[in-house]
Amino acid sequence: MAEVTQLIHQYLRHNKKFPLVFCPGCGHGIVLGSLVRGVHALGLDKDDVVVVAGIGCSGRIAAYVDFNTVHATHGRALTIATGIKMANPELTVIAVMGDGDAFSIGGNHLIHAARRNIGVTALVLNNFIYGMTGGQCSSTTPEGAYSHTSPMGQLEAAFDIVELTRAAGAAGVSRGTVFHVKALDGLVADALTRPGFNLVEALTPCFTQYGRGNGFKNAVEMFKWLKERAVPLEAYEKLEDKSGRIPIGTFVRRDVPGLEARYAAMREKLREMKGGAA
Amino acid sequence: MSASSKGQNRVVVYPDWCKGCGICIAFCPKHVLAAGPDGKARVVAEDACVNCGFCEPHCPDFAIVVTPRAANGRNGRANGNGAPAAGQDAPESPEQPQQPAPKEPDKEEHP
Amino acid sequence: MSQVRKKRREAFLLGNEAVVEGALAAGCSFYAGYPITPSTEIMETMAKRLPQLSDGVFLQMEDEIASMGAVIGASLAGRKAMTATSGPGFSLMQEQIGYAAMTETPLVLVNVMRGGTSTGLPTSPGQGDVQQARWGAHGDHPILVLAASDVPECLEMTVTAFNFAEKYRTPVILLLDEITAHTREKISLPEPGDFEIFSRLVPTMPPEWYKPYEETLRGVPPMPPIGKGYRFHVTGLTHDLQGFPTSRPEEVKALVERQFRKIDRFFHDVQLVEHVATDDAEVLVVAYGCVARSARLAVRQAREAGAKAGLLILKTLFPFPRIHVEKLMRACRLVVVPELNVGQISREVKRVNEGHTTVRTINRVDGLIITPSQILKEIS
Repeated sequence: MAEVTQLIHQYLRHNKKFPLVFCPGCGHGIVLGSLVRGVHALGLDKDDVVVVAGIGCSGRIAAYVDFNTVHATHGRALTIATGIKMANPELTVIAVMGDGDAFSIGGNHLIHAARRNIGVTALVLNNFIYGMTGGQCSSTTPEGAYSHTSPMGQLEAAFDIVELTRAAGAAGVSRGTVFHVKALDGLVADALTRPGFNLVEALTPCFTQYGRGNGFKNAVEMFKWLKERAVPLEAYEKLEDKSGRIPIGTFVRRDVPGLEARYAAMREKLREMKGGAA
Repeated sequence: MSASSKGQNRVVVYPDWCKGCGICIAFCPKHVLAAGPDGKARVVAEDACVNCGFCEPHCPDFAIVVTPRAANGRNGRANGNGAPAAGQDAPESPEQPQQPAPKEPDKEEHP
Repeated sequence: MSQVRKKRREAFLLGNEAVVEGALAAGCSFYAGYPITPSTEIMETMAKRLPQLSDGVFLQMEDEIASMGAVIGASLAGRKAMTATSGPGFSLMQEQIGYAAMTETPLVLVNVMRGGTSTGLPTSPGQGDVQQARWGAHGDHPILVLAASDVPECLEMTVTAFNFAEKYRTPVILLLDEITAHTREKISLPEPGDFEIFSRLVPTMPPEWYKPYEETLRGVPPMPPIGKGYRFHVTGLTHDLQGFPTSRPEEVKALVERQFRKIDRFFHDVQLVEHVATDDAEVLVVAYGCVARSARLAVRQAREAGAKAGLLILKTLFPFPRIHVEKLMRACRLVVVPELNVGQISREVKRVNEGHTTVRTINRVDGLIITPSQILKEIS
């Protein structure tokens, strides 16, 4: 397995400060590894890859990887990614966001990116909490979970990201966890190759801000929790008691060309009509 | 594969990058790693390593490298299908990411 | 005159439509926006025109925040990009204006000012967004704010806005008002070569030598489009010369100072004004936008009546063209500043006055225009 780490090093910016800025046991570094392996598996040139990240812990990923990187404003990563993809469809554009980033402040952009099916891969690191600001509940915090802004337990329901993006029209929706990292590698690589808007939700534990307040003794326990709770989609569907279980795998896979391709086709058609008229 | 690759692997933890989260220690099926006095992972039973492929991609800080020793016809690539350890700890590993051939197994570049 | 020159193409256009002509003449190939009165014609015209270009892109986004995001993304990818909006949409865009200023991303934002705050008077003119255009985004940032007062100027100032954006790597805000945007006038359409068109400098050094935010002679570092081998980091955090986040005081200071200096050094280039009979003026009107048209007539009438009146039309609002205003102020006994707000540019005029002369304001916030006779009464 030595190649795993060596491979990562080929894609990191070595003038950046290491170790990673993330807390001990944070899964973000694992997702970063999946992202790099996904890009590598497809043989993409670093120059042709753009990572647009939002604000929050996940936003820090952008600075570490040796691609074209944009650290956007909070929640707006997909808007900038949309502009980049439409301006230059040759680029592979990846939006890396957190749950607060993608589903709360950026929720409107998310559903519209899915609806217009822009050819961007959205990699969402869902840790159920606002980590960087110190542990406030987010739109994916499970009901009843404690945070600094839900000290009596979260009253509001959490978004079901898969159903949300499916309904919004995404070409691909999948969910993985940082415990099931090889499967996550596969999901990321698959999303990167497919046309249109493909979202990968990566469940990644935040022990510092979420785990400590919700009965986990350490980060390892959170990984064990993921191991127990996450079930591959096929197995999940056969379960009699689905409560507390989280399906992982690919949920939506539609072959719809991305907006950038449909736009180029429209321009081409216009030119033909013009040519025909003249 | 697990039995045959036993004793064939070199496990290195970069102390500078390890934050001591304990994930590798908790999930290593052969107890190759243990916490040192500083709380960081250190190698205690290298010979027991079967190169199951868990610790390296699961280390959030890229601080572990497992290298097969002088691989003769065996590249030491983790085999998610064959190794019982891998089957146990990474149940959903239907596919291996494509990886390049390992290079300079004994030389760890630490940027 | 042996050969009759080729007749220029002419058109009867709205101010908003002239903006599109100017943008296309300047090389704009990307528009993202959200419909809002009274700027919508810019968007509608772009929707028809841009797909006809070989690489043109028009996007209707989900809101103004997204519109600015897409424009920033397109600009990072090397396009000349713009958006247009009005009042409430302009408020939503402030966050991204700050991001564009911090990351030094060239773009043009046309804000067609309507009356009132909040939803206000959507179909009436106003000039209440002037100070917001300067200071709307949080934090100290340089910005260029331009204004146009008639249809030909809508075209010219849009070209200027793109040139400034590219030259100085900055967002440029062009302020129109409902009257200017919805007035229809005959203008001659631009032909290639009519305007000097400026495009951003791109790096020519090898990528490993490139520092995206390096101090250069002009203070404006070259900017490569994404995907051309210069893999750099763009962030809204304060950053070092390489573009990576920093909070070291000396690096932060150097960044902010350079961002201001790149504009401050070129006041002579960016501060555009038009003088009307100011040479011997004793009474000066300072105006911009649709009010400048009323002022033009008022000054002419005052001159006809024997009063030594002059008019300074501001085409650049920020950085405030202090040097031009101050010079005339010293020679005038009275300066009149008519505006469709409670006094926004007059604050600047009073700020530079320093006791040279008397400054009087004419303010109107009822959704109606300031008439020539209103101005005439003050200056005669």
